Amino acid sequence: MTTRARRGRRGRAGAMAWLAALVLLGLGGPASAGSPVDLYAFETAEQEVRYRTLIAELRCPKCLNTNLAGSDAPIAADLRRTVHRLITEEEMSDAEIRSYLQARYGDFVLYDPPFRPDTWILWLGPLVFLLLGALVLWRMLRQPPREPLSAAEADRLRTMLDDR
Amino acid sequence: MSRASLFVPLGVFVLIVAIGYAGFSLNDPHELPSALLGDPFPEFRAPRLGAPGETVERSDLIGEPVLVNVWATWCPTCKAEHDELLRIRETTGLRIVGVNYKDDPAAAQDWLRRYGNPYDLVIEDRDGSLGVELGVYGAPESFLLDRAGTVVYKRVGEINTRVWRDELGPLVARFEDG
Repeated sequence: MTTRARRGRRGRAGAMAWLAALVLLGLGGPASAGSPVDLYAFETAEQEVRYRTLIAELRCPKCLNTNLAGSDAPIAADLRRTVHRLITEEEMSDAEIRSYLQARYGDFVLYDPPFRPDTWILWLGPLVFLLLGALVLWRMLRQPPREPLSAAEADRLRTMLDDR
Repeated sequence: MSRASLFVPLGVFVLIVAIGYAGFSLNDPHELPSALLGDPFPEFRAPRLGAPGETVERSDLIGEPVLVNVWATWCPTCKAEHDELLRIRETTGLRIVGVNYKDDPAAAQDWLRRYGNPYDLVIEDRDGSLGVELGVYGAPESFLLDRAGTVVYKRVGEINTRVWRDELGPLVARFEDG
């Protein structure tokens, strides 16, 4: 075997090891990032997918910005258990589960504020700012380009700059 | 460009600061408005603390205004509000029902023996499922029910002398008369 071939093989093995390490890091990362683990049984794979989607979507009432899946607060564990029960025992639809929790914990759990008089500013605010920005841009573009400096002005500018 | 328009950015800045100040001082972001307010207290059936075999249900809370207080022995703030609950019970005679939330029943009974018992009866909620029905996300939390069992007031956090004087007391007086 030539040196070159050996080096090539070692290079491939090294690359494989790196790839394996990256895969392990990539897969191990999110799961081990402090997320609590519950062991729940489901009758179908579809139920489990729905469970995972719902706990990722719903907000933990005790936490300001963590979903049910990511929180280790006791109340989040209770609500994960509740979602599991509603899926497997009560056989509720996703929409029913959302409104079940909304009825008890308010809009807060939904992460998705409804369009109501007291939330208009929230929904329409960005639009207003966009329009304001467009107005400013339009006015800036509409302004005629400035006239170039006259010879006398250019001279004055040069002496001012030279004086510094 | 007129001189006055130079002040537009300053005006915008002041406006943003004002809105931010008003918005952040309006309410505590940790405090959720109760979805239950104005609604009937939910149906439930749960064991009664210290009375094996007995259960409590919604109908046991109907008839006179009642303060439903969610508490636990693991909750320091519950200890802080305990004396006030005892005082309210003794001086006003308001009926107080406890919900012992995610707690050990033996520890809870021990606690009541040691510090006094303001509760007419205590509902055991070991796994927190009644808590979920009530939208409880911490302890202590308190609900005031009118005669018909409608939730007319909810308090997240401790009930102290100030809260009783300014919020709860006047409400109770109104519902006891009416």
